[in-house]
Amino acid sequence: MNWLVNNGDLIGQLVVAHLLIAIPPIILSLVISVPIGWLANRYAWSRGTLLTGFGLLYAIPSLPLFIILPLIIGTGLRDSINLVVALTLYGLALMVRTTADGLASVDPDVRQSASGVGFSGRSQFFRVELPLAGPVLLAGIRVVAVSTISLTTVGAVIGISSLGSLFTDGFQRGIGAEILTGIVLTIILALGVDGLLVLLGRILMPWVAVNSGRVSRRERRRARLAVVA
Amino acid sequence: MNLFVEGILWALDPSHYGGRNGIETRVEQHLLISLGVLAVASLIAIPLGYAIGHTGRGRSLAIGVSGAIRALPTLGLLIIIALIVNVGLLAPFIALVVLAIPSVLAGAYAGFEAVDRRAIDAARAVGMTELQIVGRVEAPLGLPLLIGGLRTASLQVIATAVLADYVGGGGLGHFIFLGLKTNDYPQMLAGSIIVIVLAIASEAVFSIVQRLVVPAGVSAGRPQDVRVRSTRSRTAPG
Repeated sequence: MNWLVNNGDLIGQLVVAHLLIAIPPIILSLVISVPIGWLANRYAWSRGTLLTGFGLLYAIPSLPLFIILPLIIGTGLRDSINLVVALTLYGLALMVRTTADGLASVDPDVRQSASGVGFSGRSQFFRVELPLAGPVLLAGIRVVAVSTISLTTVGAVIGISSLGSLFTDGFQRGIGAEILTGIVLTIILALGVDGLLVLLGRILMPWVAVNSGRVSRRERRRARLAVVA
Repeated sequence: MNLFVEGILWALDPSHYGGRNGIETRVEQHLLISLGVLAVASLIAIPLGYAIGHTGRGRSLAIGVSGAIRALPTLGLLIIIALIVNVGLLAPFIALVVLAIPSVLAGAYAGFEAVDRRAIDAARAVGMTELQIVGRVEAPLGLPLLIGGLRTASLQVIATAVLADYVGGGGLGHFIFLGLKTNDYPQMLAGSIIVIVLAIASEAVFSIVQRLVVPAGVSAGRPQDVRVRSTRSRTAPG
């Protein structure tokens, strides 16, 4: 506990550094996945190619990626941009598929109705399809947010400051409280950002809460029926 | 790109083979750690996942715990365990098992949930006991999804086992951490490239196995996508 009291400043700085690295990849992977997801559904050839391509990114282990990436994008190994790009790639590995699936799941009848009432291609995408795919995108970005915030700590072993620095420093100096502080704060940040995303989803997609309530009631009924049967 | 070539040359240099820190020794350690972790995680997660999948109970608890583990930074977990049980292989082993369990668990229960309810009802109707249903209907039909879960877990474990050497646990992380300490970029790259090759090899092997384990006569269960939705959570239209 003493350690925690004496190092409030350091902890504050590391939390800020952690968020500065973790937040851009979360936003970037959401924003970039939309055009790629759209493209994936647009042509017959593009879906398999794009989804497999981005899916493969996920097979690249994080620490090796942090080490190889500077050679490709020309940043320094200990540059935080290096980490931001790597985490964005991981985010995209998940989000491209999620976005493509979400956009593809929009009911064809709804699409037809939208063009029937006069939406042009672009406004139909932004005002009908994208909002309807919203809940799927939200579910995807929540997973990305939590794993990005957790993965950011790995950067500490190559010397990029984040809450992970508390792990490496605590290990070298043998201070358990420091490591525990890092773990707890990382989880709090992850859950905090996750909660924020849920809140943002409620504000931006007020219709979802109503819908999911109905679905879960129906599911409960189905489950009960299944038990009876 | 020059450095990249140097990294590959480092990995191919005969003088880096043989002995305690030879590349082949480290690859072997890395694979043994990963296999051991997968085995222990499976022993824990598969029976648990089957129980959840068969009874339908505890699913939300499993999802909650899995989500919480995703937020848990593996590096921190590994280091704090190392501080408690001392440096060596045990700490990374425990941390990696914790990391692997959610994927295997999800694969096990999702596999059961993806089984057509009518097949299970039919099995019950012809007089199979619950154990027979689990062993002869649900387990074979759910196998592709279970393998899918093992595939994800294997990838995560191979990738994260790199961190094991940070606390003296051995494996391919040795080249990366030694390279970092001595500013030997080719060595770091060599270690990184070998780990990436292992990860991709694991993906390839599991994707083949996943295709092979689909029971004869079942083409609907062919895993187009590892994250196949379960029949249970799908709601009727309208």
